Amino acid sequence: MADRVMSSSAALAEALHEEMLRDETIFIIGEDLIAHGGIFGQFKGLPEKFPGRVIDTPISETAIVGAGLGAALTGMRPLVDMHFADFVTCAMDEIVNQTAKIRYMFGGQVKVPLVIWAPDGAGLRAAAHHSQSLEGWFIHTPGIKVVVPSEPADVKGLTKAAIRDDDPVIFFQHKKLFAKEGPVHEGEHLVPLGKASVKRSGDQVTLLTYGSGFYMSMEASDELSKMGIEAEVIDIRTLKPLDFSTIAQSVKKTNRAIVVHEACLSGGFGAELAARISSELFDYLDAPVIRVAAKDVPMPFSPTLENFVLPKVEDVIKAVRQVTYR
Amino acid sequence: MPEDAQTLLSLYQTIMTIRHFETLAGEMFAAGKIPGFIHLSIGQEASAVGVCSVLRPDDYITTTHRGHGHVIAKGGDLKKMLAELMGRKTGYCKGKGGSMHVADFSLGILGANGVVAGGFPIAVGAGLSIKLRKTDQVAVCFFGDGASNRGPFHEALNIASIWKLPVLFVCENNCYASTTRTSYACSVVDIASRAKGYNIPGMSVDGNDILAVRQAAGDAVARARRGEGPALLENKTYRRRGHFEGDPQKYRDHAEVAEWEQKKDPLFRLTALLKKKKILTDESENEIKGKVEIELKEAVKFAEESEFPKPEEALEDMFINP
Repeated sequence: MADRVMSSSAALAEALHEEMLRDETIFIIGEDLIAHGGIFGQFKGLPEKFPGRVIDTPISETAIVGAGLGAALTGMRPLVDMHFADFVTCAMDEIVNQTAKIRYMFGGQVKVPLVIWAPDGAGLRAAAHHSQSLEGWFIHTPGIKVVVPSEPADVKGLTKAAIRDDDPVIFFQHKKLFAKEGPVHEGEHLVPLGKASVKRSGDQVTLLTYGSGFYMSMEASDELSKMGIEAEVIDIRTLKPLDFSTIAQSVKKTNRAIVVHEACLSGGFGAELAARISSELFDYLDAPVIRVAAKDVPMPFSPTLENFVLPKVEDVIKAVRQVTYR
Repeated sequence: MPEDAQTLLSLYQTIMTIRHFETLAGEMFAAGKIPGFIHLSIGQEASAVGVCSVLRPDDYITTTHRGHGHVIAKGGDLKKMLAELMGRKTGYCKGKGGSMHVADFSLGILGANGVVAGGFPIAVGAGLSIKLRKTDQVAVCFFGDGASNRGPFHEALNIASIWKLPVLFVCENNCYASTTRTSYACSVVDIASRAKGYNIPGMSVDGNDILAVRQAAGDAVARARRGEGPALLENKTYRRRGHFEGDPQKYRDHAEVAEWEQKKDPLFRLTALLKKKKILTDESENEIKGKVEIELKEAVKFAEESEFPKPEEALEDMFINP
């Protein structure tokens, strides 16, 4: 079927709409969902279309995530809305100690078809409690899959795949990208979990990225192209399970890798990628792996401060020039 | 409610099974046959048996670190339990869980929990699922006095109340949270009184009187099945063993414990009652004891003869779709 241009937010709603029509065990649970179709309007149309299956809750993150988990263990397929990704801290026991561990800890007795949907990211002058990118914490938690889409088509395809998956998935969607538009397939469109996508071909450097870092990397690649440097851009999309073979294939070709993410530098997913590339692909590397990331401070409020802390297109260009010695 | 002889004997046998299982587990732990650490429910059996006796096989329970009794009362397999406690491949969780993580989803046992208060939100989720699926199942959340001081208690009772979920919250107030006395740590004497804050019924009963527990739980479960919402039942009992096996218990005198070993003990009390009613004789008592002992002996044999998991099996059971 044809592609249409639509926003990331509309792509999410369309995916959920299609899935909820297909499977009546799917429901959405979280704070402030019904009045405005979610705090960002991301579930627009769903409360009216599926009465009783979009459930408003009190401000009780612990109970909300736990309720999703308990329902997932007893025959349902819930999607839990975290309101802001930052509030995962209020439900860390339910995510880390319960959701991620239940299947393994109980010897594989049960499936856990739960999606924890968490709008993350900075750039909205929302300050330290509403701006974080926390995917790294969950990479470091065995038992939960981690998805961070960028483009609207992936939002749709990955949402559908995450909902259908029998394992728990934490799904980070960047708040600033909700309005970003792109072509999206009409009807059935699945993007399998655990598959990265080469979104721009190049042979001089590999940019490994996801979420907001993807757009930054694409913009930088256009600039670099004008300088005669062709970057390959890989949108990792699913951080866990990780599609390392697509990454390795590219790095073997370009011999240079840069990781671009909005999360802060230390202990971030970039560190994991850099370590893996260095240990598994050392012989192919012509330069050290460089990470472009936010500075290690809580996200400040004032625009001058936030802009300074966040990684920028120029940082990506600078890193590429550094590894290509240009 | 008037109880027939057969029901009473069945309650008696289950209490005795838990008592013997826990005693055996304690001995095997002391002998180094059970690794890690275990928490026993000796003296609290009437709560587990009284509550689970009013449940159906398709009802759900969540339990705690002190959960062996609940699992047995809900119909758990002694062989798989003991094998799990011993870290064997044939255990409930293939040796990945141990004492604090026993579960049997086929019996609605949604898991013991290593986190105090970890079961509240899960039980709420089971209750929500029941409501969405429009069945008349019930979910029971067992927890201790200590858990009632944690945040999940508040969130779970509030949400269960506003949605009228079929969840029975069963507090086993055993006078201690680890080494800390409940009288020190709780703002109220009766934890059931906290139900007022959630606009749900709260009942405190003598948790070592199995018939009182059964009556209160039966009423609350029937109410929940009718769609009238959650309740909080507090079974007042006593933790006769330490928090964990090997606990030096410097926080209490033996005299205090001794008080609960006889006249206040749930098994002692049920035995006396059944003998008074002439439902139980010395002969039938020995017969039931013999049956329980044989069952446990078989469990020990099964567990001891079972293999440990192969080291590489540590990498299995992660994702269904890796």
